[in-house]
Amino acid sequence: MTTELSNPLALIAELTHRCPLHCVYCSNPVEMQSRSNELSTETWARVLEEAAAAGVLQADFTGGEPLARTDIIELVHAARAAGLYVNLITSGMPMDESKLAALVEAGLDHMQLSFQGAHEEIANEISGTKSHAHKLRVLEWLKQHRIAVTLNFVIHRRNIDQLEEMLAIAESSCATRIEFANVQYYGWAFANRENLLPTREQLEHSVEFLKREQERLKGKIRIEFVVPDYYAKYPKPCMGGWGRKLMLITPSGDALPCHAAQVIPGLTFENVKDRSLREIWEKSTAFQKFRGEAWMQEPCKTCDRREQDFGGCRCQALLLAGDAAATDPVCSLAPMRPKVDAILAGMNSPPPAEIFVKPNWLYRPNPS
Amino acid sequence: MPPDPNSFPRLAPGCRLNEKSQQPRMLLMPERALRLNGPSLEIIERCDGKHTVQQIIVDLQKIYSKAEPLKVEQDILGYLTLLQNQRALDFG
Repeated sequence: MTTELSNPLALIAELTHRCPLHCVYCSNPVEMQSRSNELSTETWARVLEEAAAAGVLQADFTGGEPLARTDIIELVHAARAAGLYVNLITSGMPMDESKLAALVEAGLDHMQLSFQGAHEEIANEISGTKSHAHKLRVLEWLKQHRIAVTLNFVIHRRNIDQLEEMLAIAESSCATRIEFANVQYYGWAFANRENLLPTREQLEHSVEFLKREQERLKGKIRIEFVVPDYYAKYPKPCMGGWGRKLMLITPSGDALPCHAAQVIPGLTFENVKDRSLREIWEKSTAFQKFRGEAWMQEPCKTCDRREQDFGGCRCQALLLAGDAAATDPVCSLAPMRPKVDAILAGMNSPPPAEIFVKPNWLYRPNPS
Repeated sequence: MPPDPNSFPRLAPGCRLNEKSQQPRMLLMPERALRLNGPSLEIIERCDGKHTVQQIIVDLQKIYSKAEPLKVEQDILGYLTLLQNQRALDFG
């Protein structure tokens, strides 16, 4: 395995944890950051410059809801001025036609618009907010503008049977990419996991359907989907490897290798207010912690796949195995795989009837 | 399906080159970036809605006159198809 350090390719700019939605699958940490600690416009502008200088190609503005920042137009400007490709990952909620026009004018390259379901009822249940109709309006407005549009449908047990209707929404829009993003279990999704996991039968049916539709729409709309990794044979190469390709900045300026890293005990994260982005990337102990192979346990240490998937996700290893250096328990070769199998067994063969009843959700609140 | 030789390829919305001053030259798109070397940069620069597929092939065959013309054609058609499948190109 090469030990040379590559530069980061994308900067995930988590601008705020404020959001008008309360999605039960949100990957933000359960302990969210308060508005009063958010970085200023000037600091973000400097961070974006530093990112470009460090070799970053893309800025992903996300949150919470990035449009909750009143300076979002300036931030888009700043990212383009720094020479970055600009993504906005949004619910579309605090947006009207003139804000959309202003974003495009400022140089926004790509908008990823989230959908919680194929219709009002499920979308409102999952997001805890009346939001679906507004998103459809945003889809119409987008037809007037020349930016890339991706629709991100967040998939789980409560809406995995609506793929056909979701696809119909996408086909009548100007989107050229669709992500059917099965929920991954971090943050609020982890808290709501037993109500979100699809059954094996639901999943198999969805994969069959999506493979067919992917082929049908080839060259017209690009469909991407990944199964929840609890059901996979091998783990995902999380973030392209710890500290290899991606860097996330929290609303208060902490630099993390990924959005969930704060669950790992004993890690101290450096802040962009105190140190340059490049230095944090290259030298901070948090970023160094799981680079290379020295930290790996068996079977990862000698596994043929270790340069492909890096042993999976550190945060998931922490959440499921209690040890961030363990093999990601979703891996079929992991000593802790039986724990994941037990979770799945409890809801398959056959699925108990009660899992299809509308659950009592733990809704994500809006931080102060 | 290979592109129609008389169609005009154009970079799709939100797909663009990085600045001329930035090295290496890259094609930037949602969640993806492609490094562009000599031939691929020549092809992408001509995906402006003003060159037909056939014109791009002819141009590249002139520039890379030492290469087998049929191979140049096949490589270009393959590359354009790949980019279309990634939704980086539209054909008008």
